[in-house]
Amino acid sequence: MRADLEIIQQWIPANSHVLDLGCGNGELLSWLQENRNVTGYGLEIDPDNIAACIDKGVNVIEQNLDLGLGNFADDSFDVVVMTQALQVVHYPDKILQEMLRVGRTCIITFPNFGHWRCRWYLAHKGRMPVSDFLPYTWYNTPNIHFCTFADFEALCSDMQMTVLDRLAVDHQHRHNFGNRMWPNLLGEIGIYRVTGANAR
Amino acid sequence: MSSVFPADSVGLVSPKMAYFDQPLHLACGRTLDEYELIYETYGELNATASNAVLICHALSGTHHAAGYHDMTDRKPGWWDTCIGPGKPIDTNKFFVVSLNNLGGCHGSTGPNTINPKTGKVYGAHFPMITVEDWVHTQARLADRLGIEQWAAVVGGSLGGMQAMQWTISYPDRIRNCVSIAAAPRLSAQNIAFNEVARQAIITDPDFHAGNFTDEGTIPKRGLSLARMVGHITYLSDDSMGEKFGRELKTDRLNYDFHNVEFQVESYLRYQGEQFSNSFDANTYILMTKALDYFDPAAKHDGDLSATFAQAKANFYLISFTTDWRFSPARSKEIVDALMDAKKNVSYLDIDAPQGHDAFLIPIPRYLQAFGGYMNRISV
Repeated sequence: MRADLEIIQQWIPANSHVLDLGCGNGELLSWLQENRNVTGYGLEIDPDNIAACIDKGVNVIEQNLDLGLGNFADDSFDVVVMTQALQVVHYPDKILQEMLRVGRTCIITFPNFGHWRCRWYLAHKGRMPVSDFLPYTWYNTPNIHFCTFADFEALCSDMQMTVLDRLAVDHQHRHNFGNRMWPNLLGEIGIYRVTGANAR
Repeated sequence: MSSVFPADSVGLVSPKMAYFDQPLHLACGRTLDEYELIYETYGELNATASNAVLICHALSGTHHAAGYHDMTDRKPGWWDTCIGPGKPIDTNKFFVVSLNNLGGCHGSTGPNTINPKTGKVYGAHFPMITVEDWVHTQARLADRLGIEQWAAVVGGSLGGMQAMQWTISYPDRIRNCVSIAAAPRLSAQNIAFNEVARQAIITDPDFHAGNFTDEGTIPKRGLSLARMVGHITYLSDDSMGEKFGRELKTDRLNYDFHNVEFQVESYLRYQGEQFSNSFDANTYILMTKALDYFDPAAKHDGDLSATFAQAKANFYLISFTTDWRFSPARSKEIVDALMDAKKNVSYLDIDAPQGHDAFLIPIPRYLQAFGGYMNRISV
């Protein structure tokens, strides 16, 4: 399993009802269905990913996250997951608000633009960072809303979210001493488990 | 037609008849004491009868969904793109049953068949049939064929509605519901188009209040008009534009009121003409009424989610982006209700320019996704 999913699955209780936003090829839901008796749906817009979900027997719904989650009732899921999609959506704050509305807890992963390599690239070259991990140039990138861990946590605070768990990992999803000590400098990917102000 | 059928065709097929003498109590309150259903089958039923798939047809469909009746047939059955060896509904795996619905005009008991009580054609005296009635007759056909539970019930448009109704009426007898380009109920606009079609038929002097066979006439003009207006709703603006644009039949405009000038006029007239030669006017009215009446949520105060509460099937819904007869939003209504009811459901919105008719067209992503789902079904 993809390394960030390996971490996330530990945060999803058995028998829970899960909504996976931008579920990709359905790897997480498929594993959770088979091993944790989890039910739920993945939302995805990429045809190849959707086909891969169907092949795995994962419930997949073709739905664009930018159009919101208005078709889901309040508190209709135990957990709402969104991996590596926060930076792709048009209104990250709105989708977070929607996630908190339809789910009791939310798990979000995103790349940290405050990582030292990004900082160094920008400071040294004066150009937008391009790396193996984030290989796009500014004009063709699907990643339109980069943030740092500090930015994300400021938003959490503004939106009165409670951060239940946080992990900063490198691009191989190793969670080592450096990531722990200086997450916003050394962590490449943030994995957050949050809940809303009105959570029970 | 060449003397050899394509390798992915079910080949030569011949219809069978099933006669039922157990009275059928209909939603309209009337009873049919006896009736016949014409059907075809493709593939082999396995020893445990676990591989049966029911095909439900749409407004003008027939039992002839795949293969050829004759070596000289120009065209195969209406859903041959999706049924056959190696096709989405793979006949190497599934035993496929396709019938002409009760009230149809292609061999099953309907307005154009003889009423055994009078010895005359039913005509206007044939009772109104609903989607629920159809599902009950399909269940009896399943009993007759030794099929306790369908691996899948599959249909497009009105056929997709029947597939949905199966999950509500017989939750234990269907494992997968594949509903393509369908809607949970007709909109006012949908009903309006149907009403225009019906009025075209009813106001044709040759209709004789439905008893045209007795009068020795056929309401061809009305049927033709009904088909023309229906056909417009099956195509998208884009596909019509692509196909005909403003192309003329002649090299210039004639400035007269009577001639066919635009290609699209000619096409629609041809479609109407062809249809009026092969379809029964009373059946057309019955089918459009069955569409108008379909509203399974009505029994649950309009709550579609509650309607599916007892359903056990896995659901697979597909819509097409340019379909405006039953738009993607209509499929999404069903999907949302199913998710609200915590049912297993997957949904695809296929990017296709062909409008409602797309469900009959071999669009690569559609066929692949359809086949992908069918392959997952264990038999």
